[in-house]
Amino acid sequence: MKNNRKEGGGRKRSAIVKRQNRLFFLYISPWLIGFLGLTLFPMCYSLYLSFTDSAIGDSGMWIGMKNYLDILSADDKFRSAIRNTVIYVCAFVPLSMIFGISIAMILNQNLKGRGIFRVAFYIPSICAGVAVTLLWGWIFSPEYGLLNYLLSLIGVQGPKWLLDPKWAMFSIVLINLWTQGNTIIIFLAGLQDIPQSLYESASIDGASWWQKTRNITLPLLTPTLYFNMLLGMIGAFQMFNQPFLLTRGTSGESATYTYMMHTYNFAFRYGRTGYACALAWILLLAIFAVTFVVQKSSKGWVHYMDE
Amino acid sequence: MIRKNNRFGEVVRKFFSYLILIGLSAVFLLPFFWMLSTAFKTPDQIYKIPLRWIPRPATLDNIIKGWKYVDFTRYTLNTIFITVVGTCGTVLSSSLVAYGFARFRSKYSEPLFMIVLATLMLPTQVTLIPAYMMYTKLGFLDTYLPLLLPSWLGGGAFNIFLLRQFFRGIPRELDEAAMIDGCGSLGIFVRILLPAVKPALTSVGIMALIGNWNDFMGPLIYLNSETKYTISIGLQYFNNSYGTGKVNLLMAVSVVTVIPLIILFFCAQKYFVQGITVSGIKG
Repeated sequence: MKNNRKEGGGRKRSAIVKRQNRLFFLYISPWLIGFLGLTLFPMCYSLYLSFTDSAIGDSGMWIGMKNYLDILSADDKFRSAIRNTVIYVCAFVPLSMIFGISIAMILNQNLKGRGIFRVAFYIPSICAGVAVTLLWGWIFSPEYGLLNYLLSLIGVQGPKWLLDPKWAMFSIVLINLWTQGNTIIIFLAGLQDIPQSLYESASIDGASWWQKTRNITLPLLTPTLYFNMLLGMIGAFQMFNQPFLLTRGTSGESATYTYMMHTYNFAFRYGRTGYACALAWILLLAIFAVTFVVQKSSKGWVHYMDE
Repeated sequence: MIRKNNRFGEVVRKFFSYLILIGLSAVFLLPFFWMLSTAFKTPDQIYKIPLRWIPRPATLDNIIKGWKYVDFTRYTLNTIFITVVGTCGTVLSSSLVAYGFARFRSKYSEPLFMIVLATLMLPTQVTLIPAYMMYTKLGFLDTYLPLLLPSWLGGGAFNIFLLRQFFRGIPRELDEAAMIDGCGSLGIFVRILLPAVKPALTSVGIMALIGNWNDFMGPLIYLNSETKYTISIGLQYFNNSYGTGKVNLLMAVSVVTVIPLIILFFCAQKYFVQGITVSGIKG
């Protein structure tokens, strides 16, 4: 109970502080337990494991840096995994941001039927699961797929998509862009956050649409862009479902073998958990580095509204 | 003069806008139409050229056959179980933790919350493998515990962050009024704060629901017995090399697994949009 009396204030106040502290920890305890048990401890354990030759069901022995050295020098699939993953991240993240912002900007005009378009763009992202991944596998099928059929109608011979190393990654990027409806919604909301008054004063000053976009819209979208780009990148580094379901064991695999697939294989197919942990930590460090760089650069291009 | 140019530019812009939007919407929805169309086709109709969008005759056979191809009823029940328990856990757990961060003063509050945010940036790989090994040692492999525990132990950093923001927006005077009426901390939580953030709770719940329903990696790694499989795993059985796969069965079953989500969407559109919007911007 809150106590406003002044006498014995010192003792009462520390009792209140203690109570607040106790209740604080009580309420956050689920998270704290989860963090310690499912995040912090596994992280430390995986760091330890990365220096051992452990396998599933076998704690393994300490081998120092051997896993890391093997990865960097003797693992050729590692290089291809990194290459493919980097290609994916560099292609997908910018495309999904551009895509999201452009469509959001188009939708932001007072057009009729806006709600219907929003639904159309958003539904794929809700259904993003195994079912639609396999659906796209079929759409990309070289002989029987919808895509090549439609292309044939205009006289174009479609490539083998997922089965062609040159097109496989592109296909996967397409599939993932298709589920980017939520990005469009986020940017749409970000656009609607921008006060109309800014546009109005710009109009009075005779600014064109392009000038308004460049000087008002885009700068004020940068916080949203920054946040989503960062999360998008971290997610993109872990891309797994589509390669696993669609190109594993096929001719398209070489181009879509991602870092997550490599880690998965070593952990669960070859059973070399120590090695897989080393892979995971290398990825973590890489993500830290990239995040750090983006964070530093953000001061250069992110404009917050209160500046 | 300037005015006239602007108006012309505006009309042109609107025309192209509509063009792009209609075109893009068609592209976005086309896969679903194909899925529906194939789901009701008899095997001979599937590979016919030119492509017929409306199957003649249409058959419900695929749904029946597809359902029996593997034990889909069980997979669906399993998925429903995981989804319901997981979603409840997420909503309950994240709101309680958010309450702790939002309303109680402690010198540990700030630093611990920073840690919550930091975990958002963690790739799953780093914790996945050791967690798997830990669960194996504990005997939790091939149970639903690895899939459900994270929901109940915090419910996700994102959701904690989101709900904390919302709780902070509610004036403390309401808490204090309830306290004067004799409410303890839990009472304030249940009677004042939770009802006040219902929209946010709904959004959290919906996002959790979708995540649980579509989850693939979790069931893939942790479930070994066929009787425990979820829809995500079960669908793989239909996945052959694309020449001989039973695409019509796959599509029929896919339709059934996708429809609940779409129906949910139409019922709760507002909360979907709200959930992503707030989470995407407040960052």
